Amino acid sequence: MTYHDKSPPESGANRREVLVSVGAGGLTLGFAMAGKAHAQDDALRPLNAYVTVAPNGQVTILAKSPDVGQGVKTMLPMLIAEELDVAWEDVRVEMAPNDPKTYGRQFAGGSMATPMHWDELRRVGAVARAMLIQAAATAWNCGPGDCTTTPGHVVHKPSGKKRTYGSLALACASVTPPDPKTVPLKDAKDYRIVGKPQPQYDTAKIVTGQPLFGIDQRRPGMLYATFIKAPVFGAKVASADLEAAKAVKGVKAAFIVEGDPNAFTPGPGQIGQGLMPGVAVVADSWWAARKGRDRLNVKWADHPSAAQSSAGFAAKAKELAAGKGVRQTRNDGDVDAALKGAAKTVEAAYAYPFLSHANLEPQNCTAEFKDGKLEVWAPTQNPEPGRQLCAKTLGLKPEDITVHMVRGGGGFGRRLANDYMVEAAWIAREAKAPVKLVWTREDDMQHDHYRPAGWHFLKGGVDAQGNLIALSDHFVTPSHGEGPAPSAGMSAAEFPARFVPNVRYEVSPMPLGVPTGPLRAPGSNALAFVFQSFIDELAHAAGQDPLAFQLKLLGDKDVVGEPPAAFGAGRMRGVLKAVGEMSGWADRGKLPKGEGMGVGCYYSHLGYFAEVAHVAVSPDGAVKVKKVWVAADVGRQIINPAGALNQVQGSVLDGLSEALHQQITIANGAAEQSNFTDYPLMRISEACPVEVKFLKTDFNPTGLGEPALPPAIPALTNAIFAATGKRVRSLPITPDMLKA
Amino acid sequence: MAYTLNVNGKALSADVDGDTPLLWVLRDTLNLVGTKYGCGVAACGACTVHIDGQPMRSCQIPVESVGKAKVSTIEGMAANPVGKKVQAAWTELDVAQCGYCQAGQIMSATALLTKTPKPTDEQIDEAMNGNICRCATYVRIRAAIKRASGQKEA
Ligand code: FES
Ligand code: FES
Repeated sequence: MTYHDKSPPESGANRREVLVSVGAGGLTLGFAMAGKAHAQDDALRPLNAYVTVAPNGQVTILAKSPDVGQGVKTMLPMLIAEELDVAWEDVRVEMAPNDPKTYGRQFAGGSMATPMHWDELRRVGAVARAMLIQAAATAWNCGPGDCTTTPGHVVHKPSGKKRTYGSLALACASVTPPDPKTVPLKDAKDYRIVGKPQPQYDTAKIVTGQPLFGIDQRRPGMLYATFIKAPVFGAKVASADLEAAKAVKGVKAAFIVEGDPNAFTPGPGQIGQGLMPGVAVVADSWWAARKGRDRLNVKWADHPSAAQSSAGFAAKAKELAAGKGVRQTRNDGDVDAALKGAAKTVEAAYAYPFLSHANLEPQNCTAEFKDGKLEVWAPTQNPEPGRQLCAKTLGLKPEDITVHMVRGGGGFGRRLANDYMVEAAWIAREAKAPVKLVWTREDDMQHDHYRPAGWHFLKGGVDAQGNLIALSDHFVTPSHGEGPAPSAGMSAAEFPARFVPNVRYEVSPMPLGVPTGPLRAPGSNALAFVFQSFIDELAHAAGQDPLAFQLKLLGDKDVVGEPPAAFGAGRMRGVLKAVGEMSGWADRGKLPKGEGMGVGCYYSHLGYFAEVAHVAVSPDGAVKVKKVWVAADVGRQIINPAGALNQVQGSVLDGLSEALHQQITIANGAAEQSNFTDYPLMRISEACPVEVKFLKTDFNPTGLGEPALPPAIPALTNAIFAATGKRVRSLPITPDMLKA
Repeated sequence: MAYTLNVNGKALSADVDGDTPLLWVLRDTLNLVGTKYGCGVAACGACTVHIDGQPMRSCQIPVESVGKAKVSTIEGMAANPVGKKVQAAWTELDVAQCGYCQAGQIMSATALLTKTPKPTDEQIDEAMNGNICRCATYVRIRAAIKRASGQKEA
């Protein structure tokens, strides 16, 4: 039974809508702040139905957003459980339905889960606790002030008598929830769950191999699909031997999908592809579908971007760099005059390649189409835009589509796009059967929306006292039309802007037909390498200790600039000093020949990170990273220390893996790499210890999925310079660059 | 054609083409989805199973070549005394991030510890280098292997 209990409307903007649903002998409580005007001036989004207390005491908490390995299925419910005051062992966690009207935005991206939910979800728990207290007070005929809780129980303070939450669950149906904005929250010193390491909720399933991931889904009568797309992004199907594919045992259907050849050039603010042209093969097993696919002999139509190549892009970038930037995004002081008057100047060109996300679980989706309604089980980071994309592409109403969020085997931004979802939906409708679409690894690597490549042409100058006085950057970046391609932009506030009197940033767009999109710490994962390496170059030009040079550059103000572009210079100085102490930076001169330490720092995703890498480079140019130290400032509270440390260590090693190994190159309009054989990832023998320290500062906690990655790369390249005197200005690092 | 396989001590039959890789027979036909597909070319280790106790990449084994060999998968590891210890260490140290590689990691680690109960770092590198973890949980994988083998973790 579900019913709405609307409290009397006080005013249109202030009315609180309470949804209470009493299910099979249990209670679901939640609340929704209704009304647009209200939602705008209120940090709380409409909320609803996170907590269920069953009469037997079983507490179920819904996890709002998809888990792709960043740990939110555990961390978000921990916030609720803490304030609800239950033992974590007694909590059952389930995924929430995709329902943005009730839950607000449900996505995994931008390291936003912590900053968006730290306050909100604790209040969800606290409201539920207050209702249980009120129910007990009514039963005991006392005031709520006479009651408190211990995990799972309401306690009558004067007498010490207790009632379990389960015994109060039904009575809560007649309790009006308190205002979430003013409900009291626990003092941090009383936390029993938050701040204590909790293993991921799904650990038992992971270590025993139970069905869990997108690729593990199964529906009655389900068929398996594979979908081949053109190597040249967006090329149409000219012909395909569908009959040959259908002749393979087990193949049930083979058909051409017209798709939209421009599906990978989304409008501003959109992420990733829609339905691209291709050929689908559907069979009673995935292997049969693959065998059918191998017989298709697809001929692809000519496509203008077939002439593209990585070498061509690099040449074009150089040509563009010779002229003035097409757009000037910043011009402080007089850079040219300052460079003329500088004691030392440095000029350098930096470049970085396209990267693939390479989620270990290839893209996949299960879809079922029945009576005009579509149901999908998708390992997506971004369910609602996927629903909208399916609605638009298949001509359905969004309300006729249900998206189930299932665990993704790695996200890294790849699954913010929903191309695999719309493909599965289309194929299921055509095949008239539930379908599990699984991309091959080769499909996955050749049809990514890649971290954009980029080219930077920099000049910098220091004065006689070793102060950085001028810096200019001409950034050549992929574009689709006018603006930068997805994730190919750069903020006008990019550090060290605002810390240097003369700064000029120019941008020249370079149109190209390669799909791009966000990869873990988008933008930052490349810009940190460029700017932190160049600053290191300038420190050496000035004859200064690079860490001291950065501290001086950061000045003495605590905050520079205004939100949302405010930069906590004091917080950055704090992590820089800490990492210097942790790593024994002052003693780095004692390292043997061929070894060195480098430092990098970066602010992204609201987190301040400084990192030192210690490397050894052999005469044949092989790099061994011996250790990385990380000092992090993400505010006053680490919610789940177990997950937090894992994220930081993983991010650092991910950054090293990118810098040491990874690149996607384009030839004849297509990605040249197709599997882990030619797109290697770091393996265990290369993984170094990563020592992490979280500084506690008096700021609200922020996220950890991304911000540890960017500074790892310049820490590495700067360490290589310290070890060898060779400056890495393009990625990935190859032994040839470093041979003695 | 119908093949009878010995999987986790049970006789299971699968009516598939002989060239179908064991990986897909396990996943699609026998509904044992713990064994994962990552690359299909023996480059990632996500599909690792034990064939007569040896760690093997199931994406490379045509089902017709399995014969009477004993196949063990992640679903059978709780019944293997070493596997059970490895799973416990993985749980205690909260090794996983996304978790997708971890079945393969646990299969490789169990095979390693069965043969080499107290592996050195070099032996760990050698036995585990075929298993990619895209989330780079390597620091914890190493620590969990040490813990499962009763050695100091760092
Ligand atoms: S799927 Fe077999 S090794 Fe990658
Ligand atoms: S935990 Fe994600 S691939 Fe290993």
